[in-house]
Amino acid sequence: MPGTFKVISPGLLTTVQDLGRFGFQQYGMTPAGAMDPFALQVGNLLLGNDIAEAAFEINYLGPVMEVLKDALIVVSGGNLSPVIDGNPLPMWEVACIRKGQVLGFGKIKNGCRAYVAVAGGIDVPVIMGSKSTFLRGKMGGFKGRQLLPGDILSTSSINANIWKRMGQRLPARLIPNYDVIEPIRVVMGPQDNYFTATALNTFLTSKYTVGMESDRMGYRMEGPKLMHKNTADIISDGVPLGAIQVPGSGTPIILMADRQTTGGYTKIATVISIDIPALAQLKPGNSIYFNRITVDKAQQLWRQQQVVFEELKSSCVTK
Amino acid sequence: MMEHVRYLPIGDTGLFVEFENKISQEVNEKVRNLWLALEFGDLKGINEIIPTYRSLFIIYNPGVLALEKLISKIQDAIEIMVKKNFPKPVITEIPVLYGGEYGPDLEFIAEYHGLMAKDVIEIHSSRSYLIHMLGFAPGFPYLGGMSKKIATPRLKKPRVSIPAGSVGIADQQTGVYPLEGPAGWRLVGRTPLRLFDPHREPPILLKAGNYILFRPIDLKEYGDIEKEVMSGCYNVKRWEF
Repeated sequence: MPGTFKVISPGLLTTVQDLGRFGFQQYGMTPAGAMDPFALQVGNLLLGNDIAEAAFEINYLGPVMEVLKDALIVVSGGNLSPVIDGNPLPMWEVACIRKGQVLGFGKIKNGCRAYVAVAGGIDVPVIMGSKSTFLRGKMGGFKGRQLLPGDILSTSSINANIWKRMGQRLPARLIPNYDVIEPIRVVMGPQDNYFTATALNTFLTSKYTVGMESDRMGYRMEGPKLMHKNTADIISDGVPLGAIQVPGSGTPIILMADRQTTGGYTKIATVISIDIPALAQLKPGNSIYFNRITVDKAQQLWRQQQVVFEELKSSCVTK
Repeated sequence: MMEHVRYLPIGDTGLFVEFENKISQEVNEKVRNLWLALEFGDLKGINEIIPTYRSLFIIYNPGVLALEKLISKIQDAIEIMVKKNFPKPVITEIPVLYGGEYGPDLEFIAEYHGLMAKDVIEIHSSRSYLIHMLGFAPGFPYLGGMSKKIATPRLKKPRVSIPAGSVGIADQQTGVYPLEGPAGWRLVGRTPLRLFDPHREPPILLKAGNYILFRPIDLKEYGDIEKEVMSGCYNVKRWEF
């Protein structure tokens, strides 16, 4: 079967991810999906794919893949020094890769997760409405697992017009600068009233560092402990993306793409939607502050980002 | 009578509608009724509704539905909810092979309570359990109402891996593991049914707000059902509560 990519070495953790598997959280189904949805969506828009199409998500150490068929790709997200046949490949830009070439990665320059979107999308089965790999459930993506040496991945066929997109890029002003770590904005609650006034103040004024035990499921944040007034436990309820749980230990945990859908710890605050990508690009050892904003303000910022996506979509089509 | 609820926004796309802060059949029934009432209405702008023990977690699209609009929609649903007769919950039968290698902790549980193994099976399978919510893993039911007579603490050291379908007890909770994986619950048996199968329609067997009833089976029936499940022709037994 003719594929587009052959995995020579898979890197640390390379999986197929789209925007996530939604609609099944009432059944306990983890959404999974790209940790950095901004980078994924930009790659897709530049290529003329559906905005939610699946791409390769690459963590820290990138894969080496042989190109079996000419293709158009966009590498976005963290800069893991992408190369084609050893030559640097520009990021956030539509590039053509040719049969026989080798796509590789090098040093981590900034961020920690890169995305390789491909024109037409990666051809893996849609399971429960999504192509995302859910690692714990051993389902979705490519055979329900991370890529391994020898895997051959196909891409869906593309319209000849797509080749005209070569060189299209995200305007420089919109490219995230992962070197500058901004405060992560949060909406407080719903259990902020379970914490002492001192703890709330500590949470919003102290530096928190991403711990070593941080993965696609969640980020364990090291910093001053947050004290509860009485208890750290609640009757288990729903847990959204970005929820900051504080168990009895007082150490906050931020829930990410592979989170469980329910949980029984107090949630002091939740990271706003548009700051999830910046958070997803933090590495263990990076430090952040939390800034509180209102729901209204967070939603206003979210709407502004939707406008950017709309503009990008229309500007790409008419180049 | 107007139902008293709390509206707790979470993040920029979520809202909790919280009933009383306790675990009970009565509270969970209110959660179910509000969920059904919402599903009867216009769901535009609502992405997901996730029922849990004592609240509904609603994920919405703020570009389509403003928070105030969502809350007024829920208020309307609460009015319907107290007037309307909703379809009765459904009981799903879960056949279980108890003991032996399928339920390696059955003997321990019996000894722990000074009972015979058959008594433990009898107690465990003689009442239906309310599915308060699904969570932890796809299709995992949080069940309420197990008898204190067989409540047993978790293993001190969890097992590294147990098969999907394992039925366990942890303190006063009982449940069924939908996936193979590590587990600290005491295992009493195993069901040949698949609580989660991503390639089946529907992928998840159970639904929050409904009930399950365990039915003891023998090795032969386990094998027969397993074959039917594998070939996709097993008819899950369900009836109205």
